[in-house]
Amino acid sequence: MNKKRIGWFSFTCCEDSTIIFTELLNTHYKEWLSKIEFVHARILRRDEYPEIQLMDVAFIEGAISSDIQEQKLKRIREKTKTLVAIGSCAVTGSPSNQRNFFNPENIVEIKEILDRFKYKEKVLKVSDIVKVDDIVPGCPMNEQIFLRIMTKYVL
Amino acid sequence: MSHERTNLSSDNDEIRSLNMHNVDIDFDINLEEISKIEGAASLSIKVRNKSVADLKFSITEWKRFYTQAIKGKPAIGVPQLVDRICGTCSNAHLLCSIKAIENAYNIKPSYQTILLRKLLYYGLIIRDHALHLYIFALPDIFGKNSILDFDENDQVQHKLLEDTFAVKEVGNQLSVVTGGRSVHAPLPTVGGFLKYPNLFDLKNLKPKLLEIRPKIMDLIKIFSNSFNLELKTDILYSGLESDDFSFIEGTIKTSNGQVIDDKDLGNHLNKTIIPYSHATGYKLDGEYLMVGALSRLNLGKENLNQKTKEAIDEYLSKFPSKNIYDNNLAQAIEILHAIDASIEIIDNLQSIEPEPIIKPDINSLGYPEFISGSNNGSNEIPNQVRDDMGIRVGIGVIEAPRGTLYHKYEIDDRGMVKKAEIVVPTGQNQILIERAIKEKVEEMVVSNSSREEIINEAEKIIRAFDPCMSCASHFLKVKWK
Repeated sequence: MNKKRIGWFSFTCCEDSTIIFTELLNTHYKEWLSKIEFVHARILRRDEYPEIQLMDVAFIEGAISSDIQEQKLKRIREKTKTLVAIGSCAVTGSPSNQRNFFNPENIVEIKEILDRFKYKEKVLKVSDIVKVDDIVPGCPMNEQIFLRIMTKYVL
Repeated sequence: MSHERTNLSSDNDEIRSLNMHNVDIDFDINLEEISKIEGAASLSIKVRNKSVADLKFSITEWKRFYTQAIKGKPAIGVPQLVDRICGTCSNAHLLCSIKAIENAYNIKPSYQTILLRKLLYYGLIIRDHALHLYIFALPDIFGKNSILDFDENDQVQHKLLEDTFAVKEVGNQLSVVTGGRSVHAPLPTVGGFLKYPNLFDLKNLKPKLLEIRPKIMDLIKIFSNSFNLELKTDILYSGLESDDFSFIEGTIKTSNGQVIDDKDLGNHLNKTIIPYSHATGYKLDGEYLMVGALSRLNLGKENLNQKTKEAIDEYLSKFPSKNIYDNNLAQAIEILHAIDASIEIIDNLQSIEPEPIIKPDINSLGYPEFISGSNNGSNEIPNQVRDDMGIRVGIGVIEAPRGTLYHKYEIDDRGMVKKAEIVVPTGQNQILIERAIKEKVEEMVVSNSSREEIINEAEKIIRAFDPCMSCASHFLKVKWK
């Protein structure tokens, strides 16, 4: 059986779902590693390819703060059969999008950083930019839902 | 090798200005996203004429502006928000924030609460250090890209792959049992716990802790003899020292003999704006600063659990150490200490009482409508809080897995956060990380090391510091001059 080609990508977030994922590996790694090839997963390995590779499933964690991130997300969408948004920031934008709700006084304080590093005007959730096939909500992601998603698309 | 591009000729103007440019010895390294660390960081190195013309270590996480976001929010709710700063060490932010708010209201948590917080924290130390040592650092020692590439048919490598997940799982379980979850633990709160762990579940963890102990002894042996890098630069080591090496209590000490009061730490830290990094760097009294496991061992190894000290006497004699890579050894030793200290606490626990939560004085903290007489009977919430009275300051300092973590809040008389400041370990190490890479790369360039060798070495050095970019990049108001 061909292994499923998986990508795990983190954008603007605290990467808590990445940590939950590595904790789930504690008890699932034997089964999963026999069925999965990690094509992109910066937490586990250095990427071996310069460009985004074809994938069966891409897991997207975090919200989108910049045009660079938006372009990368679109490239991932082009290269994956299935795209799953993982955790609260990817699914709803929050809490990474909290600056969207700042009052004018707070915006003034952070404006210099926003300008200097070319932040997007608003932080976006994943489905604002690309088609999302499925979601795993939660902060961090809900483990039981993630396990169901793994069964549905990967195992 | 992804995200990494050779850029020999794009910088034409600059190259033309260097008359001695030679493609055989001049090159650029541009690592856009360093792997096997927490969060996003990049490194660029420009080598010209056998010398490092430029080197930049940048933290490239996009900011989430937590210190601005918590302004105006009720202090009592802040710990569960700021622990979202970081996924891996969320429980460090949680307990540091709780400590700061308890200090603001002079709340003294019960003995039982402190014990349970320590257990929660030892769970964090076990799983977070294990993530770094097994998944991030161990592949460097075995010359592999990933722990997942370890050879199943090689006895040593197969065992280490199994140990990786077995050790992490016990740390994970210790945090789940005491805090409700190992990431963003929902149960600890200001003044106690929302729900208390079951004593039976805790006692059940003891055999599991004992089971991973020999695995950590093996890990200590591996990291006691790995790599060596002693910097020419003088380093000031700093961290909290406590009698029982608990991470969440203690006094800030430095390797030049200073004892720093929590409320004075801000005066010793020199904030340094790094224009190309999304994060702020720090020095301590103008000196290169290092925080984390190596600093803790250099400053307070005698406070480790007695069983730990007896088991690893030969390795402890390496400290104080100036070898940056001994940060890995120090982390492995701290896992052993976390195991032994947890077992001691669990052994001594006879019962767990469902204690009431100690709440902040309701007249001072809480929502404005609960404050009697503060608005002359009007139901309107006052817009302005007077600065000249009623402002409380709470400071919490703990040792996060990667070093000293500092939360400071100013809270108004309605219990709302007026101002917040957070200093994280990676910010304190950032300047030294760049310095360490530069020293090593300069040496390697002179000795004709290849570009690939330099890349590997630089990544290894960065990993030795175990930086956490999520933490480092989400705070301060920055002004570039």
